[in-house]
Amino acid sequence: MKKSPRFLLWFIILLIILTVLINIPLEGLFPGIKPLLFKKGLDLAGGTSLVFKADMKDVSPGQRDKALEGVKNVIERRINYFGVSEPLVQTAVGKDDYRVIVELPGVDINQAKNIIGTTAELSFWEVEASGSAKTASPSAYPLGVLEALGPNAKKTNLSGRDLQDTSVSFDPNTGKPQVQLKFTGEGTKKFADITQRNVNKIVTIVLDNHVIEAPRVNQVISTGDAVISGAFTNESAKVLSTSLNAGALPVPLIPLQQHGVDATLGSESLVKSLFAGALGICIIIIFMTILYGRLGIVASIALVFYTLFVLSIFKVSTLSSYGITLTLSGIAGFILSIGMAVDANILIFERMKEERRLGRSWHEALELGFSRAWTSIRDSNISSLITSFVLYQYGTGVVKGFALTLAIGVLVSMFSAIIVTRTFLRMVYR
Amino acid sequence: MDIIGHKNWYFGLSLLVLIPGIVAIFLWGLNLSIDFTGGSRITLSFKENVKDKTVESVRNVLRNQKIEIASIERSNNLMFVRIPPIDSAQNNRFMSRLSREFRDVKQQEFETIGPTIGQETTWNALKAVGIASILIIIYITWSFRQVPKPASSFRFGICAIVALIHDVLVVVGIFAIMGHFFGVEVDSLFVTAILTVIGFSVHDTIVVFDRIRENLRRMGGSNFSKTVNESIIQTIGRSLNTSLTVVLVLTALLLFGGESIRWFVVALLIGIISGTYSSIFNAAPLLVLWHEFSSRRHSGG
Repeated sequence: MKKSPRFLLWFIILLIILTVLINIPLEGLFPGIKPLLFKKGLDLAGGTSLVFKADMKDVSPGQRDKALEGVKNVIERRINYFGVSEPLVQTAVGKDDYRVIVELPGVDINQAKNIIGTTAELSFWEVEASGSAKTASPSAYPLGVLEALGPNAKKTNLSGRDLQDTSVSFDPNTGKPQVQLKFTGEGTKKFADITQRNVNKIVTIVLDNHVIEAPRVNQVISTGDAVISGAFTNESAKVLSTSLNAGALPVPLIPLQQHGVDATLGSESLVKSLFAGALGICIIIIFMTILYGRLGIVASIALVFYTLFVLSIFKVSTLSSYGITLTLSGIAGFILSIGMAVDANILIFERMKEERRLGRSWHEALELGFSRAWTSIRDSNISSLITSFVLYQYGTGVVKGFALTLAIGVLVSMFSAIIVTRTFLRMVYR
Repeated sequence: MDIIGHKNWYFGLSLLVLIPGIVAIFLWGLNLSIDFTGGSRITLSFKENVKDKTVESVRNVLRNQKIEIASIERSNNLMFVRIPPIDSAQNNRFMSRLSREFRDVKQQEFETIGPTIGQETTWNALKAVGIASILIIIYITWSFRQVPKPASSFRFGICAIVALIHDVLVVVGIFAIMGHFFGVEVDSLFVTAILTVIGFSVHDTIVVFDRIRENLRRMGGSNFSKTVNESIIQTIGRSLNTSLTVVLVLTALLLFGGESIRWFVVALLIGIISGTYSSIFNAAPLLVLWHEFSSRRHSGG
């Protein structure tokens, strides 16, 4: 493994500069720079996590995936409406088991339940023909109805229950995306009546107390088919279609798991664990320096590099869609990996001592120490990786966080303890 | 230093820890948390340290609401209440009733886990431990496939697994005892700790076995027990030092890392100390024991 050490040295120096830049608060010096931040899990940031089971017993098997997607869209839209930052809405499908997982940082458990509420509700509103002006308060109307229909707005008897299916289609003339509605038998009749009353007038479609569309009726429709055309993109047409399906498919959500963490508890835990981590690093540096002198100092430098490098990975990963969320157990995994990171160094240094005792030069002892300790370092690290892999596969949220940081720690520590330390030591013992 | 010569003493010391633990596992089992059983957990914080009187009033409030109490624990100004699953409406009633009695009470954490999720977690935990162990046996057997005579890679694998089971039993046994006498709970983080201990135990054993493998090549296997003893003595320094760094870091976490990961860290500490012990004083001596046993049979028959 005698590749050009000079190239490696420059590569390592470059990496060190990069990790330092990522981890120091640059925004203090240059106010324009947006710093990279950690993505904190709910146990550190405070907030609520909820797991629901979507009750699919009234939904035909073929429609279930679609219904679940609809539930997810409804929840996402409600969350956006309430202005929660960095929410997470996931669906999980097991054998006959449909779940929605919602994580809301900074939201307490009661607020969270209000936001998510129950099933999506779809309704159609028209202008009352008799025209007798009513004096109902504006809050009695869904958002946007007064603007679209005026004070004579009235809810029709057509609702989401009357929808059989919705889909996205394309206007044959313009090629633009549109949303296709298909009503049930009874819905078809209701819809025909409504369109008859409202030719050349506007009927609004309301979902969860929001106007989502206010199309103008062009003619009487008695086939039970309707099209909402408008300025859709492919994406927005799909969103509307799935949202409508959610309204049409009443899927009650059954809470399976709820977890609310107070924000102060979260930040206390964060400070505590970071302090413990910093203390751990200091203890190891002292320990290594006492035990191995000059070698220990070099290993300590590599350890500090290791710490900064792993923290950089956490931060940089948040830019991608696979962002690593830092949880309490994740930090514990990271701190544990700090302890294990110097293991490889200890194995190598002990070996070097041994070779020195056999009368070899520092230079020889260095190379032999690294090459002979390699097999045990490799075997032990691979067994740690096997463990983290299995934990990641079968673990729940907390466990996954631990497994991921441990695995990253093991991989980076191989690099820092072997390549970085060796490159530095070759400089020292040249 | 003659470790192999005194191997029975070391096996005895292991049994001294193992037997009470195993008895406790069979008598009382583990004190499972709501992660496995389903239920609700509430963390309350008070302005002052929790007194007996405070605990008693919380008990009364729960009784009035007809909520069964599984356990109440406390630490400084925090109180941890464990009850069967309640929904957030019930929780709100409980909190509003409680704040009438204590104006400064705050709910730091509320967690409810349904029984389905609990069963799932239990099953996944068992699967994870099983699969991890099997994968590690396969890896060791493969990695030590070229070990010189008179040892065999299969024996190395089995002895590493015996040491591994020893470490898992030590941790589980001690937690069964602590669960019975001090109400210490076992949650999904405990499973994580067990798996980490498994990884670490093998890690330690490999350091010793790797040296035995190397010395067998160099010195030959004519005096197997001497080769093993020498290997242990050559590696004991690094085995202790590598564990010591981890133990130091974990001690920092135990003292300053906060309440929620305390028992997780304790489990790791016990497991890692046990792992170091078992790799030096159990795994390698077992190889010798096995060798003596099979060679005696060969010469006898």
